[in-house]
Amino acid sequence: MWEFVNYYFIPGLVLGCIYALGAIGITLTFGILRFSNFAHGEIMMSGAYLTWTVMAAFTALGAYFGFSDWALHPLIAMVPAAALVILIFLATDRFFYKPFRKAETIKVVMASFGMMLIIRSAVQVIWGPNQITFVRGIAKPNATLSEITSNMGLQILMPNKHLFIFAGTIILVVALGYLLNRTRIGKAMRAVSDSPDLAHVTGINVDKVIRATWIVGGICAAAAGVFLVMDTQMLETTMGFRMLLPMFAAAILGGIGKPYGAVAGGLIIGLAEELSAYPWIGDTPLLSPGYKTGVAFAIMVVMLIVRPQGLFKGRSF
Amino acid sequence: MEAYVGYFLYLLSLLTVGGIYAIFALGLNVQWGFAGLFNVGIVGFAAVGAYTYALLTTAESTFHLGGFGLPLPLGMFVGMIMSAIVAAFIGLICIRLRADYLAIATIGIAEIIKLVLKNETEITNGPRGVNKIPRFWEHFSEERFYSSWPMSWFGTSENWEAFFDKLPNWYWQPLFAATILLIVYIIYRMLERARTAPWGRMMTAIRENEPAARASGKDVTRRRIEAFVIGAAIMGLAGALFAQHLRLIEPTNTFDPAKVTFLTWVMLILGGSGNNRGAILGAFLIWTIWSASELVITGSIGLISNIFSTLDPSFLQTRAGFLRMMLIGILMQVILQRYPEGILPEVRPASPKADNNDAGLTGETK
Repeated sequence: MWEFVNYYFIPGLVLGCIYALGAIGITLTFGILRFSNFAHGEIMMSGAYLTWTVMAAFTALGAYFGFSDWALHPLIAMVPAAALVILIFLATDRFFYKPFRKAETIKVVMASFGMMLIIRSAVQVIWGPNQITFVRGIAKPNATLSEITSNMGLQILMPNKHLFIFAGTIILVVALGYLLNRTRIGKAMRAVSDSPDLAHVTGINVDKVIRATWIVGGICAAAAGVFLVMDTQMLETTMGFRMLLPMFAAAILGGIGKPYGAVAGGLIIGLAEELSAYPWIGDTPLLSPGYKTGVAFAIMVVMLIVRPQGLFKGRSF
Repeated sequence: MEAYVGYFLYLLSLLTVGGIYAIFALGLNVQWGFAGLFNVGIVGFAAVGAYTYALLTTAESTFHLGGFGLPLPLGMFVGMIMSAIVAAFIGLICIRLRADYLAIATIGIAEIIKLVLKNETEITNGPRGVNKIPRFWEHFSEERFYSSWPMSWFGTSENWEAFFDKLPNWYWQPLFAATILLIVYIIYRMLERARTAPWGRMMTAIRENEPAARASGKDVTRRRIEAFVIGAAIMGLAGALFAQHLRLIEPTNTFDPAKVTFLTWVMLILGGSGNNRGAILGAFLIWTIWSASELVITGSIGLISNIFSTLDPSFLQTRAGFLRMMLIGILMQVILQRYPEGILPEVRPASPKADNNDAGLTGETK
């Protein structure tokens, strides 16, 4: 029972949080700019690399001043990295996506497909193709949490990194909810997502909304990338591409253009991927762990056949 | 003399691989150029064709399923069929939805195919891949071919062995290149026929104005699936030829989406989507640039590492490869924005009934 919770359910939720944050950006871009951004995974990956660079630079700075133990927590290093990620997003939009705003959407999808390769190659040129260790060492379960839960008769083992990922995701999702429901720009974003022509007629500045979309998507993408490397403790240039399919599956599952749908979809996909490896019948895993990505694809295919508009009744094209 | 043979063989290998990419680009042209279907999973269809061919035609092996030793053309044909079946599966699900979904689904199926190839080690030998894939013309010099019919009718094993010993070891290369160019030509002629036939004009109509095509009674979904399946079958054939060219295929590096899917897209867009000649031209052009830039990179790295002896040449080598990919990506963006029609723009076939005089009256859309 506790093995199930600690080794399958919690990792599933963690993975789900990462997918959810990535899928928020995808679903917003799809809803507001009306194209599926294939470069999203690579942007996440570059956010993680930038965070690592900020951390390494900080440690090097400490060593220069004679403090050998300077280390920056990834969540703090993430802030300047997220700013850079937003800049990358805005620059790609300005130079590669904006020229096609009035053209058929498929042209932008092609441009984003090209961007995917450009960003990945750029990261490979700058940081090299090899794996980089993000944080060293084995993550020990949080002692306080396991003590509290064992007093209550539970045995929950969670390393600190998972607690940070949960907390970060909850904060970001709550902030996103506030932005979309309470602020002017958030309401404008929802309006553009529902009907761009009507929004334009009512005097909403569509360019501003698009900029806001990239900023929100950029923050979520950077966070997702950093959470992913916090979880796996490894930086790889292929990790963005690996995330792409589950994130699209989450966005479609939740309904295109529905941020909460994307969160729900991400959690479902993350849980489904991890739980599919649980030995439900007999002693062997139900599905070989090598096929985890296949679970996301299968869910997506079933969704496209049965209910293309998604769980939360998003847009269906 | 030796040097000239080297140049000649380099030229032949350019023609061989360029020709294989031309077949990929022609397949993509059916999907994108004719029907406007956005397929970013070319690598998946190529892998299906390549692995089917490899498993069916290799000699029996303990590493992977079978090695059935079937005739090579049969292996290629089955590879096409398998690729078409995968395409039909995807097409039936996604083609009625918007183009974005097809793009996501194709990129997904390509990943799933690679996942299967990596994990089903009993069948595909997993990450270690399938080795000793027979290549056209070269395969005649393998013992299992010359010791069996029809080759055994014309000479004994010893005679054949002596014959192949006398030939230079690259004897197969011109023949293989010629075979590939012949296949390119045959596919080109077939697609040109399809393009000017009513089927091709109907595809253009569907791509340009779907509601109008639907209103005039065309079965849009079915036609699109047809185009998607035909294109995928051509890609499967190209994949089988790719396997022949490489002789060793494995799931990760051989079928790298960047090198197969992406390069094919750049080739088609540069050459001119919708134009079969454009697809072929783009393929040879980009492959020549790609291949020649490797020589330039190797040369300049030699120069740089002579000057800066502290630099590690292998460091530069890997980085330069990625830089090249990045430049190709930027080239694609430039073509997309500045020259969306490519070098050879699409030429619409005139309707046989309409004169040139009243072409304006036929309601041609832009």
